[in-house]
Amino acid sequence: MLLIIFGVNSAFAVNDNVLLSEKFPRTLSEYGFFEDTKAQQPSEGVLPYELISTLFSDYSKKQRWVYVPEGSHATYQRDWVFNFPVGSALIKTFYYPLDERNPDAGMNMMETRVLLRKDSGWEAVSYAWNETQTEANIKIAGKTINTSWIDEFGDMQEVRYRIPNKNQCKECHAANDEITPIGPKARNLNSIYPFTDGPKNQLTKWIDEEFIKDYPSDLLKTTDWKNITASLDNRARSYLDINCGHCHSSTGAANSTGLYLNLSETRKKHLGIYKKPVATGRGSGDLQYSIVPGKPEESILLLRMLSTDPGVMMPESGRALTHTEAVELIKDWISSM
Amino acid sequence: MHKIYIKIILFFSLAVIQNLSTEEISLEPSLNSQEELQEALILINSGDTLRLSKGTYYFEDGLSLDVDDVTIEGAGMNETILNFSKQASGAQGLLVTSNKVTLKGFSVEDAKGDAIKVIGAKGIYMINVKTEWTGGPKSSNGAYGFYPVESSDVLIDGCVAIGASDAGIYVGQSKNIIVRNSTAQYNVAGIEIENSFYADVYNNLASHNTAGILVFDLPDLPQQGGHHVRVFRNQVINNDTDNFAPEGNIVGEVPRGTGIIIQANSHVEVFDNDIGGNGTVNLTIVTYGSETNDEGYDPHPKSIQVHGNRFGNGGFDPDLETGELAAILFELSDGNMPDIFWDGILPFSQILFGQPEDEKIVLGDNGDATFLTINPIKYMLPIFDPVVRNYDLFKGEINPLDEIVIEGI
Repeated sequence: MLLIIFGVNSAFAVNDNVLLSEKFPRTLSEYGFFEDTKAQQPSEGVLPYELISTLFSDYSKKQRWVYVPEGSHATYQRDWVFNFPVGSALIKTFYYPLDERNPDAGMNMMETRVLLRKDSGWEAVSYAWNETQTEANIKIAGKTINTSWIDEFGDMQEVRYRIPNKNQCKECHAANDEITPIGPKARNLNSIYPFTDGPKNQLTKWIDEEFIKDYPSDLLKTTDWKNITASLDNRARSYLDINCGHCHSSTGAANSTGLYLNLSETRKKHLGIYKKPVATGRGSGDLQYSIVPGKPEESILLLRMLSTDPGVMMPESGRALTHTEAVELIKDWISSM
Repeated sequence: MHKIYIKIILFFSLAVIQNLSTEEISLEPSLNSQEELQEALILINSGDTLRLSKGTYYFEDGLSLDVDDVTIEGAGMNETILNFSKQASGAQGLLVTSNKVTLKGFSVEDAKGDAIKVIGAKGIYMINVKTEWTGGPKSSNGAYGFYPVESSDVLIDGCVAIGASDAGIYVGQSKNIIVRNSTAQYNVAGIEIENSFYADVYNNLASHNTAGILVFDLPDLPQQGGHHVRVFRNQVINNDTDNFAPEGNIVGEVPRGTGIIIQANSHVEVFDNDIGGNGTVNLTIVTYGSETNDEGYDPHPKSIQVHGNRFGNGGFDPDLETGELAAILFELSDGNMPDIFWDGILPFSQILFGQPEDEKIVLGDNGDATFLTINPIKYMLPIFDPVVRNYDLFKGEINPLDEIVIEGI
């Protein structure tokens, strides 16, 4: 019905009416974010972007796009994501390459998550790709998909992949009980991206596209936690910020724990150093403190990153596998204290 | 047939009568309970009731509710069972993040983490609900049965909590709380009120836990300085389960056989309870013992009133292996364990100049209960015996605290 009533826009443009309508469309293609949904070819006005430091999601790869309706702009917010105007959308497709050694082998798209900026605020919804990879259908209650891929070493990896339900989206994407994007902070976008018309700094491109008008000239750049030339402290704090800080901050869902891992936290106790668990239960793993400097094996923080037991592991959702590389990073970081 | 029936109801309630005042949705156990119940919890509208028919529902993932003003009602705590023994993801069985939610007449079994967690709710009413780990007390059980945190207007009424490896009923960093007519057994802590303001805990049975009822306050948290807690008309008896909490947690320090612990709270009134059969100590009033740099935190209990309780046998089997409390008490008392113990620890200025009158511990008539505290000055000077057993020194007038009222209850 919606399509019939509102389907008057040009074929390859975002359908603003669908985006803003009270009910979510049943399929991803109805939004018009893509000229070719199957090929993930974005429509005009939909721009790919990449974050310098990203959230771990069971080794899945992510392709992101942003849409800001013509004539309006997102505005810079210090230490936070851009304030996007009503009608904006953030689109993120999660996929596994069939064979990481061979990019041409193709990919297995799992889901496309959409954050929509409506009048009343942000709303989150996810679309699961069908088996033939031709369309993604709305999944309000989430879904479990058992899948596998060949990793960069040629080993087959299996994963119980979870598409989050609407409430689980909010578990991470909430600050002060409002849904919010997490990734697109200016400092996390301050990097070169290979656009189809050539490589360019993403923020510069956003100005070109009139997504934003300006950003501070003295803007810092997020540390890429994978960048081994950066300082260990910056890498570890950057990883913890994007993977834990959205809940573990004084405004996040885990603020009752007193453990705050967002980048701006500086108090040692709240960063976990010699901090006793509060309501951790068996998540403590018989250890006394979140972080014991110099002793990663005695630090609850590392134990919960290693675990895949739902009653122990952190984050609470969005992970079924251990992020081995990050465990190494945090181990080194705690050892160096 | 069954699935179609459900979908029709869901569709109907959504598309057609969304704006009517209340709607009832019914579910029955099926092979697809995970998706059906979670979808119902997402699509339910304010004012609606979701009925869960008799039977056992199996889940592989946690469930969550984020819609205000709804009721989830089963056919009874022994009839409608939400079973999480095969849970593969999710840190709790059921998570509630919305306001004015009533949970009624069902059981949450064998969750991998906490059973029912409620975050930031204004109004959460849990009535005749059970949380249980069915394999008995084990450190691999989840931490909390009932776990409202950062909430206000919290009612836990007629509930049962069994087997939690931390606390069966735990209310943390909340305000305006009633826990009544409930049973907590075979948990480490039966009922725990932590970093909370204004709570009534009454008509409950706390038995066969490691410790019966705890009123605690911890530092370095968004809400601290717990105060105004009444613990009355409870049966706190035969708490005799070995501590099975994982180490690191504060309740891991609690010795087996502790009746009631008041720690670092102010304005606590403990009255008209039956407290007995607790092998370490029936009632203990203590200071937070670990180091903290939190300047806004007061580790000392104050304005604690204890009166009209009936004390049974206590201290006959002190758990000297767990934490320090039992061992210290055993040594101080020379094995002659008291019913009521206060550690006597005061801020340094109060050791020198005395405690303000209105912060003192007040003992009313507690039958023939025995008492023991420590004189801190004498404790620091080894030539004196610091033990004070004179009950009458702490006798005084009782100033009853106000009753807690939850609007609409």
